[in-house]
Amino acid sequence: MSTNKITTQKVNFKVFRFNADEDYLPYYEDYAMDVTSEEVVLDILNRIKWDHDGSFSYRRSCRHGICGACAIKVNGRSTLACKESMTDMIELWGDEMTIEPLSIKRAVKDMIIDKGDFWEKHDAVKPFVVDEIDETPETENLLSPAEADALDDADLCIQCGACHYACPVVEVNEEFMGPAAFAAAYRFEADVRDGDKSRLIDVNQMGSGVWDCVKCYECAQVCPKEVNPIEKIGKLHNMLFQQGKAESNVATRHAVGFEKSIKKNGVLDEGGLVLYSEMAGIVKHVPVALKMFSKGKITPPWSITKSKNLDEIQKLVKSSTTAKF
Amino acid sequence: MKKLKYALFTGCTAKQSTPEQMMSTMAVAEKLGIELIELTEASCCGASHLQDYDDFLSLVLNARNIAYAEKHGLTMVTICNTCQLNTAMTKHRLDNNAELKAKVNEKLAEIGLEYKGTSKITHFLYAIIDDIGLDKIKEMVVTPLSQFNIAPFYGCHNIRPSELQNESHDKAESPYNPTSLDDLIIACGGQNVDYDEKNKCCGFHAELQAPKTAATLTGNAIAGAMDGNADWMVTPCPLCHLKLDTQTHHASKAIGREVALPVLHMQQMLGLALGCDQNALGMKHHLTKVNFV
Repeated sequence: MSTNKITTQKVNFKVFRFNADEDYLPYYEDYAMDVTSEEVVLDILNRIKWDHDGSFSYRRSCRHGICGACAIKVNGRSTLACKESMTDMIELWGDEMTIEPLSIKRAVKDMIIDKGDFWEKHDAVKPFVVDEIDETPETENLLSPAEADALDDADLCIQCGACHYACPVVEVNEEFMGPAAFAAAYRFEADVRDGDKSRLIDVNQMGSGVWDCVKCYECAQVCPKEVNPIEKIGKLHNMLFQQGKAESNVATRHAVGFEKSIKKNGVLDEGGLVLYSEMAGIVKHVPVALKMFSKGKITPPWSITKSKNLDEIQKLVKSSTTAKF
Repeated sequence: MKKLKYALFTGCTAKQSTPEQMMSTMAVAEKLGIELIELTEASCCGASHLQDYDDFLSLVLNARNIAYAEKHGLTMVTICNTCQLNTAMTKHRLDNNAELKAKVNEKLAEIGLEYKGTSKITHFLYAIIDDIGLDKIKEMVVTPLSQFNIAPFYGCHNIRPSELQNESHDKAESPYNPTSLDDLIIACGGQNVDYDEKNKCCGFHAELQAPKTAATLTGNAIAGAMDGNADWMVTPCPLCHLKLDTQTHHASKAIGREVALPVLHMQQMLGLALGCDQNALGMKHHLTKVNFV
């Protein structure tokens, strides 16, 4: 237990208010409150409802970071209200905080959003073990500790949606499955009991698939359970190559192109990489490439300074490659 | 003061599509009395795409790069956020997993190298702030940038994931409320612009496979800086620079609004303030014209 003295500080909360049944537009209500150092964000939501406005609406249930109901945004940052200490929030943001739902465009009433898109995408990855089950098994179907370890922290997801609504790709492309769905896909792909044949291929589809990730690490940063979804996205890519299931498209060639370039030069041949990845699609890059060339920003392959001791790099590429394409 | 000396991992972009970044890095280092030993043996870091193809290979190659910095007994300094992520992530994983480190070292032994974990890895921005200090920079400014509103664009891989930030930087900053680049702008005498997109993603890593998504994120970033009344933007990452400087046409189309601002590398901004020869800062290599020098 902490022996720190409990302190109190005045904080101004600007709180998102909206009732889809009555309001044409959302608005913000200000609440100035004395916040003690022992409170969490959920305590603030409770006090707004209990002390200020009984109609204030939000989801909450377990209060122990396990049900995933109370995720909201504080100053634009996804946070699980019951786990986030106000002391940390004050340290980060000072005494002005804006409280909003996870997704403003999906707001139904105050903090409550329509999370339908999240659940649809989650369901689409078949978040369960698919197998022909013997209805009268002779023995238990156990995982070894090593096999359980392979599932990794992906099993800790509580479907709170913090990462999904922090993902900038989900924000601009509604088709994108999002980090939570991909982490769930990994969870079951990595399970040795799973016999599903299509999940890995499905989530690697171009357009809505796992390749559209921009690698911003927002999902890893906001996850209250340290699931590290972006790492699972990388593992889904790796599985595709390890199992020899990667079909040739601009995304897979872009990944493989790095190995080709490194093998040849040690460093990257930037132009060569784009050409190898895009093939005929290179045409659309020509206008910008010409401008870049005129400004001395394109190095032709013959002018690239190769890495010193290139033979070492080539030896390592040969001995350490585990993937197939 | 003892002369600062680092092993410089230039990355590939500074040597190819952003030559101005390499030039300004060297110019600023000279002004600040920093000696940079270029790691000419280094390979590409994999840019988090080789990692998608073959994770183990990318660990081995990055460990080799770090091993060369260790041979010099120097801190490795990066000038690209994505190089920083991939080298620091390699260090993080190897330093915390003896079995993995042994496996990687088995491969490195084939070429007579060993990864020990003795070199710190940090981005040039943080090396300057930690080892020289903002007060000293302030003293050294000869051309304060006081007439400019400057929008900092941090770039994801310097600030997320924060566990790497904590390991490579004396005073770790929050990925949600970063201050280092703002502080540097202020030290150079400029006005820092606060805007929502400053710590958001530029879209670079999905440019080929998801061009519309990438262009929208680029457009939103420039639009945010413009709405914040910025005269120009500044970034520590050459990949963000490429998106923000060269992709304005696609970005404007994606968000349905004409957006463009001059974008300076962190080193170019510092070079201007420290009075480096402007020709040495390479402004002529920009696509979006740097119209104020």
